[in-house]
Amino acid sequence: MAGDFDGRAALVTGAGAGIGRAIALALANEGASVVVADIAVDGGEETLRLIEEDGGRAIFVATDVSQPEQVQALVTATVDTYGQLDCAFNNAGIARESQLFLADTPLEIFDQIIDVNLRGVFLCMKYELQQMLSQGGGGAIVNTASTMAWVASPGSPIYSASKHGVVGLTKSAAIAYADQGIRINAVCPGNTDTAILAPTKAKASSVIDALIENTPLRRLADPMEIAKAALWLGSDGASFCTGHAMLVDGGFVAH
Amino acid sequence: MAGQFANKVVLVTGAGSGIGFAIASAFAQEDAKVVVADIMASAGEESVARIKDSGGEATFIRADVGNASEVEALAAGAVGAYGQLDCAVNNAGVGGDSALIAECTLENWNDVMTANLTGVFLCMKYEIPQILKQGGGAIVNISSMVGVVGDAGSAPYVASKHGVVGVTKTAALQYAAQGIRVNAVCPGNTQTPIFDYAKENTPDIYERLMAATPFGRLAQPSEIANAAVWLCSDAASFCTGHALVVDGGYTAQ
Repeated sequence: MAGDFDGRAALVTGAGAGIGRAIALALANEGASVVVADIAVDGGEETLRLIEEDGGRAIFVATDVSQPEQVQALVTATVDTYGQLDCAFNNAGIARESQLFLADTPLEIFDQIIDVNLRGVFLCMKYELQQMLSQGGGGAIVNTASTMAWVASPGSPIYSASKHGVVGLTKSAAIAYADQGIRINAVCPGNTDTAILAPTKAKASSVIDALIENTPLRRLADPMEIAKAALWLGSDGASFCTGHAMLVDGGFVAH
Repeated sequence: MAGQFANKVVLVTGAGSGIGFAIASAFAQEDAKVVVADIMASAGEESVARIKDSGGEATFIRADVGNASEVEALAAGAVGAYGQLDCAVNNAGVGGDSALIAECTLENWNDVMTANLTGVFLCMKYEIPQILKQGGGAIVNISSMVGVVGDAGSAPYVASKHGVVGVTKTAALQYAAQGIRVNAVCPGNTQTPIFDYAKENTPDIYERLMAATPFGRLAQPSEIANAAVWLCSDAASFCTGHALVVDGGYTAQ
């Protein structure tokens, strides 16, 4: 059966775990040639192994998305391997705050989060767009934002700022490159059952209970549910969607 | 291979033309049994004929979505025809006349609100009990990009489409725990009869909207249908209360 991404080269950052791994696996399942990027070699190689075990095609490129030369090398490796770049899922992100209010937040925490979540998405788009433009235009980019790009919580001010920033970059780039046929959207996951929630779980499981209680669907998302939305935005099915921040949050932001 | 809506029954209002017809066709292509509803019997019958010509299954029920007893009969008719109701796309709507608020007649206001907002309310009111009885399902209401931003063109249209987003979120919250997902699709400028009407009657607005769409073109109805079908599918299992904008970048700017 033909997949939605047959013959396409797709890059996924933060693909060594959680939502990024789910996106990479789903892409391979839909016929894409996948570039698994992650700063964590173990996680990235495990995703690669899972894809290959499933009969998919992928390579792993160890990448710190906050470093321009590494991001540039990532795009170069993609083109060297597959000859092109058709879709990019800029998903790498970190959460360093756990119930940390702004006045108590060290500058180092601000820098760490912004470096990965916002500077990383900027750098990825910068080099991905250059490549897509050099191919004559066309292509799709999906950035992973968050419900924290729509609303905020008191204990994660920098994470929220970084994700609001991702949506701003997404909209701006969408408008700038619409006439070159490049579609750029964001997916905004609600609380998802991934390692990013682990510090919160460890520190205060009551916080997780509250997150579930505050989610109208009364559960956490499975990473694959976020991946499916990201894939749809990257697919031809979403041909008139650009500049949109799509919530996949079980109704969290609606109330 | 069976489509992803095999053994599902989907109701689509305003399915006699434009986006509604595209949605009904897209569901039929995925093997849904489709209930085509429209106020225009000839257009609705034509949609059913075209779906059947393409190998799909559909039946027509005439309904004015602004009329409670007709909407109640529509929901009952869907169950009567196919025994169940799994998904509904409440798409019926009218454009109304563009006018400054000071010159907008109360009749124009009432006509647009009745079709676009009361209609969506009534449809959900009578669809939800049946979907609850079956243990869950999905509803998509068709709003508009002017359901999330303003526009100087038509106050009742903009207000009604904002209202659709509001009632969508409320319904999503009220029925999330019972397994009903409710979302909205917000189309941008789409090649449909409503838009043809605007082109003819208010060419200045038409030109302005075209120029203001970053993609520089209109959406095809099938592009809007893709979004509605996706939101109703199991792939969207964690999506509820969202207004999915499909507008070629219009509202991002």
